[in-house]
Amino acid sequence: MTVLVENWNYLVVICLMMGGLFIVISQNNLVKKLVGLAIFQTSVFLFYISVGKIAGGTAPILKETGDLLYSNPLPHVLILTAIVVGVATTALGLALVLRINAGFGSIEDDEVLAMKAEDGEVRGRRGDDTGDQA
Amino acid sequence: MAVTLTNALLLALLVFILVLVIRTRKLFPVVVLAGAYSLVSAAMFVNLDAVDVAFTEAAVGAGISTVLFLAAMAYLPGTEKEPPEAKGLMHILPALVVCFAGGALLIAAAVELPAVGDPTAPAHNHVAPRYLEESGSFLHIPNVVTTVLASYRGFDTFGETVVVFTAGLGVLVLLAGHTRTAMRRRKDDAGNTRKANSGKANSGKANSGRGGGDA
Repeated sequence: MTVLVENWNYLVVICLMMGGLFIVISQNNLVKKLVGLAIFQTSVFLFYISVGKIAGGTAPILKETGDLLYSNPLPHVLILTAIVVGVATTALGLALVLRINAGFGSIEDDEVLAMKAEDGEVRGRRGDDTGDQA
Repeated sequence: MAVTLTNALLLALLVFILVLVIRTRKLFPVVVLAGAYSLVSAAMFVNLDAVDVAFTEAAVGAGISTVLFLAAMAYLPGTEKEPPEAKGLMHILPALVVCFAGGALLIAAAVELPAVGDPTAPAHNHVAPRYLEESGSFLHIPNVVTTVLASYRGFDTFGETVVVFTAGLGVLVLLAGHTRTAMRRRKDDAGNTRKANSGKANSGKANSGRGGGDA
């Protein structure tokens, strides 16, 4: 029971992570998949920052006066890097979605896959696998 | 105590937003909710003493990310397609299994972790004390996060910049020439060439020649 109270942050953050993963796997819409990925990512950030927290601590900005207790700055540094890289991957993912929409006219996962399978079948029957028209 | 209570409140808010994201079918609200999720987690970062992370998350996660999503939405259909009702639960069953199994494993590991905020946890007693004690007199920068990011771990930050640059190049390559007018013109062109050359052997060549002319 004490574990539940002490590590409450971790437990809820894990639920949030799995919620993000659930969106990525179960939803067919590619934009929603990307949103799920962003939510998964942010939840991992929350986990790291929770690890860095020290009870009664303050932000790790040094002050001359007094003997202050600072929280651990290392997870903060890691997550700063991760946030920026996260936006870069989101941008790349959105660019891919835009191209998929331009090529197939749909951003639903199952529809795109069905169209691709159909396309391959037609091309295979004609014995013409040279040109990629997209 | 106040910190713990605020944390619990913010976490509850995050769970609420997550449920809304899963249930909403229109993509515009989904994107805005994702921005709200970022902003609430930024508030939580402040609560957990990570002020640098908080303003980066608020500016980059809630700001730039949302703007990118909205810009992309201008070219994309705004509503998600209804999944066929017949599939129902079977459709999401694999996802549920993966998430519950993964969640159970992670929770089993998390109860073994030192309590949140425990100052004797191994994470706080490795190199972190050295950064906190020495960086002030050594580099004279009060913000320890900045010191570690730009000085002690400067090469890692350089690597990060390379990653962002590569992603930017990737976006440029993917979207080069993919404006609406360019796509319409290309579609017309493809129709014309197909009419002009009925032989399929040189249609590819003609297409590429024309594309080069356009560029």
